[in-house]
Amino acid sequence: MSGWSLALLRIYALVTRHAYLMRKSWPRLLELAYWPSMQMILWGFISQFFSIHSSWVAQAPGMLIGAVLLWDILFRGQLGVSLAFFEEMYSRNLGHLFASPLRPPEMIVAMLAISTLRTLIGVGGAALLAIPLYHYSLFKLGLPLLAFFINLIVMGWAIGLMVSALVMRFGLGAEGFAWAAIFAVAPVSGVYYPVSALPSWLQPVAAALPASHVFEGMRAVMIEGIFRMDLLANAVLLNLLYLSAGVAVFLWTFRRARQLGLLLQIGE
Amino acid sequence: MKNSVFPGAAERIPFPPSPASAQPDAAPAIRVAGLRKRFKNVTALEKVSFDIPANSICALLGGNGAGKTTTLSILLGLLLPDSGTVSMLGEDMLRHRYRVLPRMNFTSPYVDLPKRLTVWENLMVYGRLYGLSRPQKRIRELAEEMEFGDLLERPYGMLSAGQRSRTALAKSLLNQPDVLILDEPTASLDPDMGDRIRAILENYRARSGATLLLASHNMPEVERLCDQVIMMQRGRIVAQGSPAALIAAHGRASMEEVFLDVARAPAPASAKKAAG
Repeated sequence: MSGWSLALLRIYALVTRHAYLMRKSWPRLLELAYWPSMQMILWGFISQFFSIHSSWVAQAPGMLIGAVLLWDILFRGQLGVSLAFFEEMYSRNLGHLFASPLRPPEMIVAMLAISTLRTLIGVGGAALLAIPLYHYSLFKLGLPLLAFFINLIVMGWAIGLMVSALVMRFGLGAEGFAWAAIFAVAPVSGVYYPVSALPSWLQPVAAALPASHVFEGMRAVMIEGIFRMDLLANAVLLNLLYLSAGVAVFLWTFRRARQLGLLLQIGE
Repeated sequence: MKNSVFPGAAERIPFPPSPASAQPDAAPAIRVAGLRKRFKNVTALEKVSFDIPANSICALLGGNGAGKTTTLSILLGLLLPDSGTVSMLGEDMLRHRYRVLPRMNFTSPYVDLPKRLTVWENLMVYGRLYGLSRPQKRIRELAEEMEFGDLLERPYGMLSAGQRSRTALAKSLLNQPDVLILDEPTASLDPDMGDRIRAILENYRARSGATLLLASHNMPEVERLCDQVIMMQRGRIVAQGSPAALIAAHGRASMEEVFLDVARAPAPASAKKAAG
């Protein structure tokens, strides 16, 4: 087998490890879709209320449901990466993995693949549920949905890699960051309101986040019926930066963990 | 034949070749030179150098904190030394470890496998990680040879300590490694299971010509399995040689007594500041 075939086989091996886990644990599968569905149901009712009492929401009644589903792509994307890494720590398996021919970049690719799988199951389930419940189909966004999905999940991956690096360095005591990190960017991402609603001093912070460009883009599609290429370009460029930073931080921390002898000691 | 006890020795002393590998010019499977490792103010390894010939079984002995696990971790590439070199199967382990890792494997009671996965699933994952084109065939071979076919469909987390050890050992033999590193392979096993695992290791070495390096606190096991022994104390090698030679040099009746002599001896002056 060639070097590339072997690399793909190793990535596949790690993905199957998580697929085995998900396949046999229905609570895990259920949980993947449970939280996005609950969020969607909650925001569906809020949306129904505001579509009557708010002229802004009335322009596009599905806007809040769309926003919550897209937000969950970002959140699940990040959690998917972090949890894939944490699973290896919970099972004290990192020593075996890193003493095998598995290379850290291959592990990253596998974690991203697992994250995509988890996000599709979780958010996909909630998006399908929104159709009968609120007569809202996220899929009606068409091709822009694909652009939104890719940009949001990539930003989630970048944060997930940084959180994993943090936990690799400081142990499972830092696990809480996996749940907290994404909410630090939520208020400035313009998920449910336009970035212009933020105080002026906070707007540059929002502009530095790929997610804010995606949500502005979503509103442009839903309210004005136009797809803003400028916003897409901003999101893509920022994501290139974010993902590069995420990968670099993960790989640097891995090397640091080898210097400090953390790979065999990692635990709670 | 030169088998010596030399507290604080830093120079490399070649081991006598094992009977099965009696090739005087053969390069050692593992060559370690001048390894140093400090963790903050603690010296874990100080000028550690040794050669392990191909097709031999060598034990790394020492009390808790002697530097055994640190040494094994460096050999596996899980830990970077501050200085020194490691040559594994002729490759520079610190620069090109991915050339060698497919030909190595290891097991340790301190590292686990995913507990919710069955034995079969775990071995499939690792079979693929080690690049086996037909992992199913190899797993069945190992299951038959190591008599764990009945465990294949059971979750790893539901196994007894002995069954887990056998599974971990099977994982370490999946890729038929040329170098097998074992950290306490029979720790916490009953005598019957310990004996079975020792037999598996002996058979594997005899059949494959592999080099085995193990850390152990079980001295009868060391006497039975090992051609050579490296004894460590506070991050330094303080004695090395065959078990018989070490026993003779210390005027003792067993490796157990030699171990106690070495472990309880005052630290060499040059190692006073070192601790593992």
